[in-house]
Amino acid sequence: MSEQVTGAKSVVLSLEAAGVETVFGIPGGAILPLYDPLMDSTQIRHILVRHEQGAGHAAEGYATATGRVGVCMATSGPGATNLVTPLADAYMDSVPIVAVTGQVPSGAIGTDAFQEADIRGITMPITKHNYLVTDPSQIPRTIAEAFHIAATGRPGPVLVDVSKDALQALTTFEWPTTLDLPGYRPVGRPHAKQIREAARLMSESRRPVLYVGGGVLKSRAWAELRVLAELTGIPVVTTLMARGAFPDSHPQHLGMPGMHGTMSAVTALQKSDLLVCLGARFDDRVTGKLSTFAPGAKVIHADIDPAEISKNRTADVPIVGDCREVIADLSVAVRAEQDAGRRGDYAGWWRQIHTWLATYPLGYEAPEDGSLAPQYVIERLGQIAGPDALYVAGVGQHQMWAAQFISYENPNTWLNSGGLGTMGYAVPAAMGAKAGRPDATVWAIDGDGCFQMTNQELATCAINNIPIKVAIINNGALGMVRQWQTLFYNSRYSNTTLRGATGSAEQVERIPDFVKLAEAYGCIGLRCETKEDVDPTINKAMEINDRPVVVDFTVHTDAMVWPMVPAGLSNDQIQIARDTAPVWDARDDA
Amino acid sequence: MSRHTLSVLVENKPGVLARIAGLFARRGFNIDSLAVGPTEDDDVSRMTIVVNVEDLPLEQVTKQLNKLIEVIKIVELDPTASVQRELMLVKVAADRASRSHILETVQLFRAKVVDVAPDAVTIEATGNTDKLDALLRVLEPFGIRELVQSGMVAVGRGARAISDRSTRSSQVTALPR
Repeated sequence: MSEQVTGAKSVVLSLEAAGVETVFGIPGGAILPLYDPLMDSTQIRHILVRHEQGAGHAAEGYATATGRVGVCMATSGPGATNLVTPLADAYMDSVPIVAVTGQVPSGAIGTDAFQEADIRGITMPITKHNYLVTDPSQIPRTIAEAFHIAATGRPGPVLVDVSKDALQALTTFEWPTTLDLPGYRPVGRPHAKQIREAARLMSESRRPVLYVGGGVLKSRAWAELRVLAELTGIPVVTTLMARGAFPDSHPQHLGMPGMHGTMSAVTALQKSDLLVCLGARFDDRVTGKLSTFAPGAKVIHADIDPAEISKNRTADVPIVGDCREVIADLSVAVRAEQDAGRRGDYAGWWRQIHTWLATYPLGYEAPEDGSLAPQYVIERLGQIAGPDALYVAGVGQHQMWAAQFISYENPNTWLNSGGLGTMGYAVPAAMGAKAGRPDATVWAIDGDGCFQMTNQELATCAINNIPIKVAIINNGALGMVRQWQTLFYNSRYSNTTLRGATGSAEQVERIPDFVKLAEAYGCIGLRCETKEDVDPTINKAMEINDRPVVVDFTVHTDAMVWPMVPAGLSNDQIQIARDTAPVWDARDDA
Repeated sequence: MSRHTLSVLVENKPGVLARIAGLFARRGFNIDSLAVGPTEDDDVSRMTIVVNVEDLPLEQVTKQLNKLIEVIKIVELDPTASVQRELMLVKVAADRASRSHILETVQLFRAKVVDVAPDAVTIEATGNTDKLDALLRVLEPFGIRELVQSGMVAVGRGARAISDRSTRSSQVTALPR
């Protein structure tokens, strides 16, 4: 017979049954009953954050770094609405998290009660699924379903809103052994016919590309991907969400495609005759102007979410299935093709690609005024911290440089906000990643704009012994927006200067002073302003492991991210530097 | 643009209508008509949704609908292979001179008079959209005082039920402890 417990205790027992060890959250009126039994849980470590947005991004960072479901908690009303941004972020990037929110008592729902917000209604478009629980007997089933839905199929965020009276009432706890979800049947195994057709196209094509997206990381298919890539000899590009799915040092890797992708990756996609799209979704930041994207290519599109297939680009061979199974089956089918004497001949294609790789490597110019190049800082950081560290970026120029100039050799070592583009993701997500993988070195690479959105979580890190490292790429501006203003708005810098109107490189008015701010939060604050200081400063930061470190890298304001395909233009119009288009060999267009 | 009739089986749970309506709105589709009601299975409701879209966006919206956890099954009903009905209640101005003409029309369309007042009659009619439109055109000259119409409901012709393949419940194992 099951024991009588409160609904609150039932939530805690359910979370324990789901295997939860870490929860990020903040209590408040409606969720208070839950926090009482939570205090007694020996399995669950609750980390008290400073803002619910921090809890949500921490859950995302935890999930991405560990491969498990991240959990965040908040009270009703403003607590819950503060989770909206991270939930939307997790929805766009398919991150498995479960959010548990308190709700006003069921009798008060709909009366505009104190701290009431219809969080289930609010989060319907930005969650994979969500629940409002007012019957305490439904708590275990609901939480079991939430974890199952979050983690399976295309992963995503699930919100469970529990009314205060349901938390207070007595109920019985019984963890379900089976779930009944008649409308939820994620596909695993792909159709054999489609796989054979894909393998046939791959051996017939002359200019194929493996277009690898975040789905390969979600399905933990990096080993299978490497087998397929090496078996076929097809060049690989990894999207922003897939950095690390295939080693950057691998000779078949052309880098990242898209708006700020490498010339080779962007051009290979454009000139390809066959895109083998694995867990990617033809996002506008990858395709540029869609109608001119890879015009000569047939498309094999594999995704676990049928709605992604032919959403933006029509697929010639649609494959619905888990990437790991798809890629493994593809390798088998390709081997069968090869055994039958049909092997793709990509020698000419590789000759072209090698020309592009040699002619247009990623690079940057040192600022003429002798100030610090942000790309250099990030490049050195990647080299010193190495491929086993985790790198967590915010959104903007620093994010693109971190995607470009750090060599990712291992899966899930690169965390960022890709789809939603959430400034402020880095510090809390790094905190979550470090909480989940305490033995790993975790570097947040953040802009000074992003950092000021969520840096309050440094207090959480300092107090809870979560020693993350933060590199602020401080250019005194909202750099990516400023870059667009430079390029498209005649250098009229409307509201993008953070440093203050009088701030110049020589006489920097430091508001805030990030070193002092770090110290105020109980962290070590370091500053670096010259190239010579970069290595010693990073080394010093690497040696500190007993508390968080924040490094203020004061860098050149006008550095830009290149290459670039301006928004809305064709990828054919990629520029390698300002007003500099690549020179194409006439034969390239063959 | 072309007209499509979707029959959607959903779990009978609170909020499911909001989910579906919200999905149509945010993906940029207008719903021409919507009807929701119970089915032979207490746990399942059935929605009949009529939309005006091209084939490709329809495929996309169907896939998006299928992603909703509470959507069990979606079937597009071909008008030639299904019975489609709407219900209309219409209040028509009727004086002594016009009443008999109106009643004739009611007979002709196999409609019913459900309420009579000294200067109006209320007519109940069912049928497909074309028939109801035709009836309205004939009644229009008499003066339509009030009109209310249900969403369309539809069912496939023949012996086969929509639920034949869909009520199979997928039992999945819960997460291990």
